[in-house]
Amino acid sequence: MAKNDKDMMESAPRKIKLSASSKAFYVICYGIVLLVAVVCLIPFLLLLSGSVTAEQWISFHGFSLIPGEFSLEAYGIIFKTPERILRAYGVSIFITAAGTLLGLLLTTMTAYVISRKDFKYRNWLSFFFYFTTLFNGGMVSTYIFYIQYLHLKDNMLALILPGMFNVFYLLIMRTFVNNVPFSLIESAKLDGAGEWRILFTIVIPLLKSGLATIGLFLALGYWNDWYNAMLYMSTETKYPLQYMLYSIQQQTQALSRIAAQAGIQVQNLPSNSLKLAMAVVATGPIVIVYPFVQKYFIAGITIGSVKG
Amino acid sequence: MKKEGFFDEFKKNKALFAMAAPAFILVLVMSYFPMSGLILAFKEYRYNLGVFGSPFNGLQNFGYLFSSGTGWLITRNTILYNLLNLITSQLFAVIIAIFITEIHAKYFKKVTQTVILLPYFISWVVVGVFVFSIFNYETGLINSVIQTFGGEKVNFYMMPMAWPVIICAFNAWKWTGYNSVIYIAAVTGVDGEINEAAAIDGATIFQRIRYITLPSIRPTLVTMILLQVGRILRGDFEMFYQIVGNNGQLFNATDVIDTYVFRSLITNPDIGMTAAATFYQSVLCFAIIIDRQHDREEDRRRLRAVLKKEGKKLWQRMTKI
Repeated sequence: MAKNDKDMMESAPRKIKLSASSKAFYVICYGIVLLVAVVCLIPFLLLLSGSVTAEQWISFHGFSLIPGEFSLEAYGIIFKTPERILRAYGVSIFITAAGTLLGLLLTTMTAYVISRKDFKYRNWLSFFFYFTTLFNGGMVSTYIFYIQYLHLKDNMLALILPGMFNVFYLLIMRTFVNNVPFSLIESAKLDGAGEWRILFTIVIPLLKSGLATIGLFLALGYWNDWYNAMLYMSTETKYPLQYMLYSIQQQTQALSRIAAQAGIQVQNLPSNSLKLAMAVVATGPIVIVYPFVQKYFIAGITIGSVKG
Repeated sequence: MKKEGFFDEFKKNKALFAMAAPAFILVLVMSYFPMSGLILAFKEYRYNLGVFGSPFNGLQNFGYLFSSGTGWLITRNTILYNLLNLITSQLFAVIIAIFITEIHAKYFKKVTQTVILLPYFISWVVVGVFVFSIFNYETGLINSVIQTFGGEKVNFYMMPMAWPVIICAFNAWKWTGYNSVIYIAAVTGVDGEINEAAAIDGATIFQRIRYITLPSIRPTLVTMILLQVGRILRGDFEMFYQIVGNNGQLFNATDVIDTYVFRSLITNPDIGMTAAATFYQSVLCFAIIIDRQHDREEDRRRLRAVLKKEGKKLWQRMTKI
């Protein structure tokens, strides 16, 4: 395809003259793609700009895409009393690291087992996992079960266990494992290697891009999770970053709504810019890392779309 | 040969059983055990008696849910939102995929594709911050623009009819990039020579799109639609909850089954009625998926054939890293 692209680019304009309608098509094509890209960026721009605008300017003029009055006050507040944010950062980093590692281990082991064609129960096992995507207990019974029977209320495990294993990731990983030649596994077996040794010394080293893909999906899921925290966490010191951001957002939004309904002009709503600065702090790591790992996500999405 | 039973297999492959055990136990405990809790839909839940000790009350919970009208309202909202979101997000994704594959400027293509996929990586909490910063009455971006031009401010949080559009727009914003990745794979999976030959034979760009690109997208599109139809009664809780929040004025226009269940669970726990809502949701979704299973498999086979080529290329590229 790459070769074809090049051919088209070089030969089309010379050999076959672009007709007026084709030219119009390309103008529209570039225009619309550019427009969509800009629309995708606007909220980020608003976020960044709002976070560096002076609080008073915001409450008087509202948010804008270009900071009206530049001020780093909001970031100053965050870093002056950083305990709350740093602790939330710590929680997020902890659950992301622990959950991703454990999830990778579980996914890889299971994918190895269900990709083994000589394992009698592989189809049965695959269906056991796949069935959970067709049918589930729903929010209410899951919530009651986790709290009443598994005692996950305010327990860090409630942030780690639910996101650890995902059928979608299992199927993607199986595709990667299937690409390891079976003859490699067989010959290792003949040489007397046990299954554990085969998995950890032969198969896993060949799965680097698979591990990177699944690891990144898992990490993204943990980093962005606020739902489990909202359901199960009640102590603020155990809030992960996204949920901490959410609770701060809630506080200011409630205040503003009351003010609007009562028709009162509130001169200085607390932390308008602070809220945005927090969102920047919470999202920053993703936006910075994402362009470098994009290819793994694209591979995962493409493989997953065939399997899902 | 003697047929081998479970124990023979277990003895032979102890290590494989041990490898699958952690995930098996995790899914059994975290996903399968809660399924038994669906029985609460037919019970009057009492905390001290637990899920299984609580007394049965027949179909009373369903009666409450639908006689109040709430059951119908949230079902209607869920289906309508899902249809609207399905159409818009897939349509945008297909258009973007076609355009992006037609772009030959390398860096322009790379940068725009990266930017369009970016929203997929953002948590719904941050999207909630975006929505509030754009639409709120006091300081929202739109109102600050209106004010600059001397217009009258609009209180979006008192205008239920604006929210289907807002929700739909943000859903498309978040998913267009993700879905277009799949369609781009389908389009580039087409043999490059076909396009080349068509161009040499004098096919216009529109003819190429109409007769080569669109047919190659079709199986993917059908599969994606069927996947979504299987989830037609599941509202995207994170999206609705973060965009709408607890704004009571907007509930009639924006409440879906999942947000309703969550609110009832947290604010005034009527466990029986909410369990009835989730039971009805789970069972109907399951029925729809089973009903469509045959179509899904057929289309997935076709999709696999189309994407196989692209997958192979991708695999080669990935293993080179």
